[in-house]
Amino acid sequence: MELFLQYIVAGVTYGTIYAIVAIGFNIIYNTTGIINFAQGEFVMLGGMTAFTLKEYMPLPLAIVSAVLITMIIGALIEMVFIRWLHKPSVLRMIIITIGLSILIRETALHIWGEGVTALPYFTGTSVTSVNLGGVFVSPQVFWAVGISSIMVLLLGIFFNFTLLGKQMRACSANREAARLCGISTQNMVTFSFMLSAAIGALGGCIVSPITYVQYDSGSQLAIKGFTVAILGGLGNSTAAVAAAMILGILESFSIWALPAAYKDVVSIAIMLIILFVKPSGLFGNAAAARLKEY
Amino acid sequence: MTALLVVDKLSKRFGGLQAVNEVSFSVQAGSIKALIGPNGAGKTTLFNLISGVITPDSGVINFCGSQVQGLRPHQVASRGMARTFQHIRLFPKMSVLENIMIGRHIHSRAGFVAGMLSIPYTWSEEKKIREKSQEILAFLNLESLADIEATTLSYGQQRNVELGRALACEPKLLLLDEPAAGLNMSETAELGALVSKIRDTGITVLIVEHDMTLVMEISDEILVLSYGKKIADDKPLAVQSNSEVINVYLGEDDA
Amino acid sequence: MSSKFLHIFGFAAAIVAIQIFTQLTDTSFHLTQLTMTAYYSLLVIGLCMLIGYAGQISLGHAGFFAIGGYISAFLTTHDLTVLKGKPFVASLSKLGVLVMSKDTYGTELLTFNPWPACILSVCTVLIIAYVIGGPVLKLKGHYLAMATLGFGIIIYRIVLGTSSLGSADGISGVPGFSLLPGVMIGGSGSGKILNYYVAWGILIAGMTCLLNLISSRVGRALSAIHGAEDAAEAMGIPTANYKLKVFVLSAGFAAIAGVLLTHYNGSIGPSEASVMKSVRYVAIVAIGGMTSLWGAISMSLILNYLSLRGSFGTYDDAVFGVILILIMLFAPDGLIRRQVLGDLKSFFTRSAGKGVAL
Repeated sequence: MELFLQYIVAGVTYGTIYAIVAIGFNIIYNTTGIINFAQGEFVMLGGMTAFTLKEYMPLPLAIVSAVLITMIIGALIEMVFIRWLHKPSVLRMIIITIGLSILIRETALHIWGEGVTALPYFTGTSVTSVNLGGVFVSPQVFWAVGISSIMVLLLGIFFNFTLLGKQMRACSANREAARLCGISTQNMVTFSFMLSAAIGALGGCIVSPITYVQYDSGSQLAIKGFTVAILGGLGNSTAAVAAAMILGILESFSIWALPAAYKDVVSIAIMLIILFVKPSGLFGNAAAARLKEY
Repeated sequence: MTALLVVDKLSKRFGGLQAVNEVSFSVQAGSIKALIGPNGAGKTTLFNLISGVITPDSGVINFCGSQVQGLRPHQVASRGMARTFQHIRLFPKMSVLENIMIGRHIHSRAGFVAGMLSIPYTWSEEKKIREKSQEILAFLNLESLADIEATTLSYGQQRNVELGRALACEPKLLLLDEPAAGLNMSETAELGALVSKIRDTGITVLIVEHDMTLVMEISDEILVLSYGKKIADDKPLAVQSNSEVINVYLGEDDA
Repeated sequence: MSSKFLHIFGFAAAIVAIQIFTQLTDTSFHLTQLTMTAYYSLLVIGLCMLIGYAGQISLGHAGFFAIGGYISAFLTTHDLTVLKGKPFVASLSKLGVLVMSKDTYGTELLTFNPWPACILSVCTVLIIAYVIGGPVLKLKGHYLAMATLGFGIIIYRIVLGTSSLGSADGISGVPGFSLLPGVMIGGSGSGKILNYYVAWGILIAGMTCLLNLISSRVGRALSAIHGAEDAAEAMGIPTANYKLKVFVLSAGFAAIAGVLLTHYNGSIGPSEASVMKSVRYVAIVAIGGMTSLWGAISMSLILNYLSLRGSFGTYDDAVFGVILILIMLFAPDGLIRRQVLGDLKSFFTRSAGKGVAL
């Protein structure tokens, strides 16, 4: 029974990070119709930058700075590579963001090398644990789940109750109409990149102690994040969280049946099955599955 | 006269809209039948149902004696039905001749392996395809435009190329979707003469049109749709004096 | 049509010229990388057909390459002596399908003959491509990209994580492949020059087939599908079927490339299935102009060769990433566009016609 719960906890932990990546995907996709293949790299950058900065400042400050730096990088990416494109085709956008993901990854390789990095645990050490009904859970898991939940909550408030949030939703529902209402859609696009980058970076920081971050962590996460986003229905962030938990737990339990090396195969196989059978995801509808245009 | 196309109680619903509502009619071989009705009456939907682009919810489409509802467009085409499109769909980056040669696809058979290995029978087949396409160009007086990129031509010329492409299929039934749209009076008259000439070669024509002069001039029969339902299906003069048809068009400009 | 053969002949002449050049300058060691480049280019031209003519992107083509290579490598190095007793095995031995070979330590093994191994692996890839092609090609845009990417990663994870496939070390000790008596790919003591011409010969043959296909009835239909799919279908072209066939064809080219390169190198590793390889192949097709086979083959020659030479150093992957971005931003139709070639041609013919005054 304890083993069962242990698997669940592991699943929830990984599910949290997948949810964060998926939410990042959805924000940019909703506002622009672009799937940002470099989303995973934002997570990686957050974790790696914070790791470097913590040598010079207390951990909380390092994390905040890392998030801000990643936000700026996100904005720069949008302004330099994407802003001035005129009616780009889907294929072109996909290839550009893939190219960006490679570029960021290779730059990270040259800055930080191949080594693994990990932020120190926010509270306690790698061996402290809290006894939760017979299962030993690291306090970091609570930090991860807690901070993510707060983040999702804040995002909900942002999109539903603030002017900027509503403007972004208007932009995603109908860009032409939003422009006619005086909303600067160009700025909305930049802001969506900044927001996604910030979310990704924060996510990278909070799971770094548990999962470690290295220069190529980003690409792994991107595919899982995409799986989760599709599973929940592209663009639907609340469903993405649920889907992320499901995927995290399924993956966790797959170790039971298959060698650990095949863990990724399981999640990708799930993505392929969803794409073939019901691309609108578990919770979506056919209209949602029709891709948005940039 | 035999019925080439028999449509029986065809229906199609899109969400809350019943686009085509139990429509039944037939088209006699060697005739020209016009399909008219106000905008939104369901004419293009009916066309798309007949040519296989969408599948009906219920009803039967009988073409040359066999049922074709539910077949994919390419299967319908290989049985002898060809069509043109309301918004011209020529192949970009291909010449006028090449566009017409596509129409010969169903009358040739060189496949992937034969194509890759350039097996000898494909050479004579290509020659025949080219010759037949040039004949079509001659029929439509487009020979001088053969090697020009099709999408760079004028609107009227593009319409003719699309017509040529459909004719290259050697269809038994030709579906024309608003071929006179965007044409001026003299071009429309030329189109009318051309369509009649096509009918005289033995091809049956089903034409969706708004231009009443053209319709009255060339049709043997007229089918009138309104809100997805058939409200008249008769000879042109009878349809013209049909009170329900007049009601439906009341308020529109005199033809 | 004659211009097609002129180009092929010119290309072949260039290949011969390169070889003679290396002979004269005593730089024959270049031939090894050039031979490998030829095999990679076989995959690239197949991919170009898929992307440029069928209009489908594939971010997982390295997967087909790897499946082909790994199956052949496995069959020709895996010892089947334990099954020696079974009658089925005995008859395969008699047919020459199974042979006795020696591994690197000199122990006798019962393995597959390279020819049947090659046929088996290519057929396996064709079947896999046919099966997944159907559902995959129904997807559009991002979904298609992700599905092909996912496929590539699955293959990568499988070869990386399976011990009987060598895990991270891959499979080595793959024997040479005797195509015809006297013509051997790879293996110890095989001629560098012979291998060079065999590789480029196979590539040119493949190129000829694809060029033939493009100017054939099917090629015309593919252009039509790419230009206006609904109209193509209305003209009787079975669009889904043709797209699937091109997908399977391109997978076949990748598989053959995988098998031959594996036998040439004598080994294969999981990196051949990596996402970076797949992305690299797409980058090469993109820079060459997606609808231009000649663009693809020339870019492949240049970029693959430089990469194999190590000219890009540790920035190897980054270079292809940058290429992708720059091409997609500034020249999405590729550098060698049909239009550019057409303009060049008309420029020269115009001057010739006028009779250039001296």
